Amino acid sequence: MDTELQPALINYCIALGDDSVVLGHRLSEWCRNGPFLEEDLALTNVALDFIGRARMIYSYAAELEGKGRSEDDIAYLRDSREYHNLLINELPNGDFAFTMARQFLVDVYDMGFFTELAQSKDPMLAAIAAKAVKESRYHLRRSEDWIKRLGDGTEESHDRVQKAFKDLWGYLPEMFDVSDEEQQLVDAGIAVNRRALEENWTATVYAVMREATLDIPDDSWSISGGRDGVHTEHLGFLLTEMQVLQRNYPGQQW
Amino acid sequence: MNQQTPKRQTIPLFEVFIRSKRGLDHRHVGSLHSEDSEQALEYARDVYLRRSEGVSIWVVRSSDITASQEKDVESFLDPMDDKPYRHATHYKLPKEVDNM
Repeated sequence: MDTELQPALINYCIALGDDSVVLGHRLSEWCRNGPFLEEDLALTNVALDFIGRARMIYSYAAELEGKGRSEDDIAYLRDSREYHNLLINELPNGDFAFTMARQFLVDVYDMGFFTELAQSKDPMLAAIAAKAVKESRYHLRRSEDWIKRLGDGTEESHDRVQKAFKDLWGYLPEMFDVSDEEQQLVDAGIAVNRRALEENWTATVYAVMREATLDIPDDSWSISGGRDGVHTEHLGFLLTEMQVLQRNYPGQQW
Repeated sequence: MNQQTPKRQTIPLFEVFIRSKRGLDHRHVGSLHSEDSEQALEYARDVYLRRSEGVSIWVVRSSDITASQEKDVESFLDPMDDKPYRHATHYKLPKEVDNM
């Protein structure tokens, strides 16, 4: 590979890993708090898929970097300004409707994203993406089903999921922004042109929401900054909990 | 203050059957709660098939199963040992079919 692109590729991998580990951690917060046992297990399974995905991507980033950092160093020894995840992933779980609405929006995005990334000229990213697509297909099957159940369920479930989509809507444009550095990787056939994902994403999301009798919220506001390390106030708290062991007992191993 | 126990919504129970390999029968592995049979299949995958334990799942609403009753065992399921003619071993075989 073009060595000039190496730093950009490392940043790209770390940002992708951050998306996965942050959402995986959020989902893991449902462990033993799920609405009932079966759903608790299912949510935790999904959480583990995201954490597994982060491990693979971080390991690859560490290998490319070649400075002796491990996947754990990358996950546990960076502060929030050094995290580059999309903001939607770090938002607190809220109620079950909010968690599933976020999951649905991310799952549709992941299906499009990893399907494209599986065609990457970088063989390692392509292999990781191929595994991720399989997982995301199942995640989406679940979250899509829940959106329809909640949207077309009782008055309360409808209102809750409708409000969730309204509260999430402004975090969506960030998912389709491509930075200059990322664009270089897109041009080299390594990264996914996320701008091009929006059309299919919109078609899928709108169709499911309409079937679920939900209104499409207005594009009246938007917020971004995750890829630049500028986060909501929630990420710091998440990292504090996620990193507490390594911060208190540096180098501790399981 | 009203001390009544809060009303809990009950979620239907499903029985789960898994075929571990092609050619084998589906076997009962346990039960789970779910709103309907489609969702029960999804949960069965998460609860019982995480380590590739099978190739096919059946789910059936527990309330759709008609079961024999424990208290009827004596009259209903007794092997009827006093009726030996019900067992093949009761019959003497002619020499010609000795190897049956």
